[in-house]
Amino acid sequence: MIAAVAQVQPGQPLQLPHVDWVTIGPAGIFFVGGLAMLLAGVFLRRRVPRGLWSGTTVVIAVLALWPAFHLWHQIASGGARTAIADAVVVDGFSIFIDVVIISAVVMAALLTDGYLRRENLEGTEFYVLMLFSASGGMLMASANDLIVVFLGLEILSIALYTLAGFQQRREGSQEAAIKYFVLGAFSSAFFLYGIALVYGSTGSTNLGVIADFLRTNSLTNGLLLGGFALLIVGLGFKVAAVPFHMWTPDVYQGSPTPATAFMAAVAKAAGFAALLRLFVSTFNTYRLDWQPIVWALAVLSLLVGSVLAVVQTDVKRMLAYSSIAHAGYVLVGFQTASNRGVAGALFYLFAYAFMIVGSFAVVTLVSGRGDTDASLDAFRGLSSRRPALAFVFTIFLLAQTGVPLTSGFLAKFYVISAAVEAHSYALAIIAMIAAVIAAFFYLRLIVVMYMAAPAAEGEEAAPTARIPIAVGAGMSLTIAVGFTLVVGFLPASVFDFARHATLLKL
Amino acid sequence: MTVPGAWFLTLAAILFVVGAVGLLVRRNVLVMFMCVELMLNAVNLTFVTFARMLDDIGGQVVVFFVLVVAAAEVVVGLGIIVAIFRRRAGATADDISLLRG
Repeated sequence: MIAAVAQVQPGQPLQLPHVDWVTIGPAGIFFVGGLAMLLAGVFLRRRVPRGLWSGTTVVIAVLALWPAFHLWHQIASGGARTAIADAVVVDGFSIFIDVVIISAVVMAALLTDGYLRRENLEGTEFYVLMLFSASGGMLMASANDLIVVFLGLEILSIALYTLAGFQQRREGSQEAAIKYFVLGAFSSAFFLYGIALVYGSTGSTNLGVIADFLRTNSLTNGLLLGGFALLIVGLGFKVAAVPFHMWTPDVYQGSPTPATAFMAAVAKAAGFAALLRLFVSTFNTYRLDWQPIVWALAVLSLLVGSVLAVVQTDVKRMLAYSSIAHAGYVLVGFQTASNRGVAGALFYLFAYAFMIVGSFAVVTLVSGRGDTDASLDAFRGLSSRRPALAFVFTIFLLAQTGVPLTSGFLAKFYVISAAVEAHSYALAIIAMIAAVIAAFFYLRLIVVMYMAAPAAEGEEAAPTARIPIAVGAGMSLTIAVGFTLVVGFLPASVFDFARHATLLKL
Repeated sequence: MTVPGAWFLTLAAILFVVGAVGLLVRRNVLVMFMCVELMLNAVNLTFVTFARMLDDIGGQVVVFFVLVVAAAEVVVGLGIIVAIFRRRAGATADDISLLRG
């Protein structure tokens, strides 16, 4: 992009860069599909069978897998490369994040169908916003220019602000939207200032040029380090790392639950994609400067997330704090700055996407019309009302705890073993302590579901209302629980995928 | 007489801090929103200054991207604010405190 501008000579025709559309295929299919659905929704409103939009979203997402597979094979044979005037990079890493985001979109879209019917909401907007947001996330994962990262971040975030406020008549949803918006815009400004400082100290926004510059010049001024710090602040907000986590519980609690599921999985994957690419790949030569910051963020996220989740009585808030702790585990992998750490972080993000969408899918069903009650009491005695639902939620909670034979155990195992290999023993021990603290509130929820004692005097009786399970939600839960268990038993293929999803060496 | 680039950078940094502090201390949602715009424009000034100092047009191109993104953000942000004010006229950031714990 920048190179294209520099080529303009007086009297010469404008030299446009060659656009290799396949390289942004997955994001492009999401974007075009979203636009098409938006138009179709206007013309076909109320004249289509229910479930069509959800199905269309799933089809678009699965279609996007095709260029992803195509590119994956291209990379396997021809190696990673940059495209479109070096603004975009095609490597295993970006394809991996694309696949994570596609999976999250499929599950969230299936879940949304039943939700919209229950809430009497019509139209395609929810799905379209989801597709746009996801395309922004994919753009972030494959960006090779700081400005492309910024554009991806904003496409992701602006659609998410709207999704958070989708229930525009509900005060909780409005509040979630305004809080997310103000803090999101605040963090974007920090991120952008970070880009400005990095640009000022290296003379380019292109990641390849920056990496070359940093290899050959050793900068000692504070400008570059200030830029690093601001970039970490901006992306730290997006991935909800402590101390930039304040918005997370409120936004997760107030948003429509399918939107929460979507943002928990996709915003985190995209934010970490950008963090890993910028710091592990581009700023690798300065890793002694940024590693301590990431170390501190990881420790804080692990401990604060786990400890504050213990005192929550609302399950959505509790899952929000637990997602902060999960960000801490990914940071543990990130902090090592090694290939193994990155592979562990990627595996974690993949496993986490399924666990968290599944968990929020259960919360969507249990909290009832209008997302009214997601308190611990609403889950009391769930095993007798809906044994299957209680069972799958148990699996998700055990996976988040890190119990063996689930994907969550291996995810934690890979990041912690990467930390041990990098001699970050203290961090590995803290991560394990945090896992023990976290086990308390996950197991408490399981106890509440299975061992509800008959209500004592003065206590409310356990709720008895029937919980309808929509077909789409059932499919979404099946996919999530299937992945969690199958990967728990047979992790080799997914871990190989993560191991081969290396960053392009700049 | 030419003004050295460092002055522009300092001015931009001051504007950025004014915006950031303003966002944290003001309670009117619209003013908080304006503070975000101030921060983004401080960054724009930084970009233009660096572009001039480095004699590289890239920094100026970036500003156009930022302007477009800021405009899109304004649209969504004002939409959210209008949705809130419809229900609660004159709400400040302190009134929007349903979610806590």
